[in-house]
Amino acid sequence: MILSNFRSWALDEAPASRSQATWGSAYRVWLSLRRNPLSMIGLAIILAFVALSLAAPLLAPYDPAAQDLGNRLAASSGAHWFGTDELGRDVLSRLLYGGRVTLGMVVAVVVLVAPIGLGIGCIAGYFGGAVDTALMRLTDIFLAFPRLILALAFVAAMKPGVESAILAIALTAWPPYARLARAETLTVRGSDFIAACRLTGASPWRIILRHVMPLCTPSLIVRVTLDMSSIIITAASLGFLGMGAQPPSPEWGAMIATAKRFIFDQWWVATVPGIAIFLVSLAFNFLGDGLRDVLDPKGR
Amino acid sequence: MIDVENLRVRFGSREAVKGVSFSVGQGDCFGVVGESGSGKSTILRVLAGLYDDWSGKVAFGGEAVGPRRQRAFFRKVQMVFQDPYGSLHPRQTIDRILSELPLVHGMDDIDGRILRALDAVALPRAARFRFPHQLSGGQRQRVAIARALIAEPEVLLLDEPTSALDVSVQAEILNLLADLRRERGLTYLLVSHNLAVVAHLCSHVGVMYGGEMVELTDAATLREGRVSHPHTQELRRLSVELEETGN
Repeated sequence: MILSNFRSWALDEAPASRSQATWGSAYRVWLSLRRNPLSMIGLAIILAFVALSLAAPLLAPYDPAAQDLGNRLAASSGAHWFGTDELGRDVLSRLLYGGRVTLGMVVAVVVLVAPIGLGIGCIAGYFGGAVDTALMRLTDIFLAFPRLILALAFVAAMKPGVESAILAIALTAWPPYARLARAETLTVRGSDFIAACRLTGASPWRIILRHVMPLCTPSLIVRVTLDMSSIIITAASLGFLGMGAQPPSPEWGAMIATAKRFIFDQWWVATVPGIAIFLVSLAFNFLGDGLRDVLDPKGR
Repeated sequence: MIDVENLRVRFGSREAVKGVSFSVGQGDCFGVVGESGSGKSTILRVLAGLYDDWSGKVAFGGEAVGPRRQRAFFRKVQMVFQDPYGSLHPRQTIDRILSELPLVHGMDDIDGRILRALDAVALPRAARFRFPHQLSGGQRQRVAIARALIAEPEVLLLDEPTSALDVSVQAEILNLLADLRRERGLTYLLVSHNLAVVAHLCSHVGVMYGGEMVELTDAATLREGRVSHPHTQELRRLSVELEETGN
């Protein structure tokens, strides 16, 4: 009842208030996203992993750091669904808690990177000229570094840990967003509706923030979603190389790293976090594809 | 109200406007006609403050203005663009589009201003929270006019305000513009390639050709055909022919 009321209210062709118009356009995006089964699967997997990670203290059967050396490298059983690792720690519990670390890193990177990329790109694109040249050469410099190597060097210079891994990934991840935002800005900069905004007497900053950025965000959201998987993999790689989360913190990449010695004999120790990384990365790709169809202004 | 003296605009090595001078009296409507690329829209954009790179003298109400305009300038001079499909922000509701200028200028009673502006251009109030893509071309151009009016300007710069619209809608918009000018004592500078539109709305006409204003005349003289420059004669002949084939 409430839902059908909301539906007709949001889809009203003649909204009566600002909030109704906003909800209406958001609801239309949701409706068209819902028509894409793959992206709904992706969204479901992501939400499931986020929920499981958040509820880890409630769901985890054991303390993720509790060792039981008498029961090392045990295979899957009723007591330990995914077996135990080389120190007898429950893999399921570590997986659940590890989701917090890994997904938390991804969220932190995105929160850092997306606004920086968007800001730099829009400013460069809107002002053009020397500002554009300076900002884009800076972007080129960062783009020219191999991502993982720069991150490695950065972490090595600082002390290895989750925070430096986040900073390192963020440092290498923003340039593509800046490029993308600049390209989007260039397509709207010369348009009449931006000229009309200038004729209101608004400052360039106001125009960038209120009129240009909202047009760049959809493609940026798509790009970020598609990049999530590569951020997860970079985070896991840093963990694998010992530069990310430090033991005993249960990060997925680090879990694979410690299990590499016995990957052929006790395969489940490395496989379970591997599957988790695979599933989340795949889910983000599915969702990103769906979002691209829905949000891309040129696609409509 | 508008005085332009020896205006020159360069794009790279090409001079788009080569020393144009004209003036428009308070409450008058001055039409600029010419073919595509004759520099007429460029003049309008210079007057609106959208181009920085020009030389000459431009004054509104006796006050000379430079390439950079003060915020108060935009309360006095506003512009309506040619293409109503490109001049409205695609992701903003009509309400957002109209409220931008009052917000920038810190005006009070924004709700009331928006409603009055919608009424002035005869748009239904129900259109207020729609998006531009939900409106027709004529309605969009009305929104663009409302956006200009909300500043309560003295001068309206019109860049081919009807050329992107259907013929039936063109007449509506032209009549709306004529009514608004009478009610509010607005000064118009209208750019068009359509001589009939200019003759309908304007008392004085300037003809642009290759970046120069080759003839200044008034609408009555133009209608009678007493024009001297060959390009004006050509334009007039074409427009008369078009009208005859149209009928």
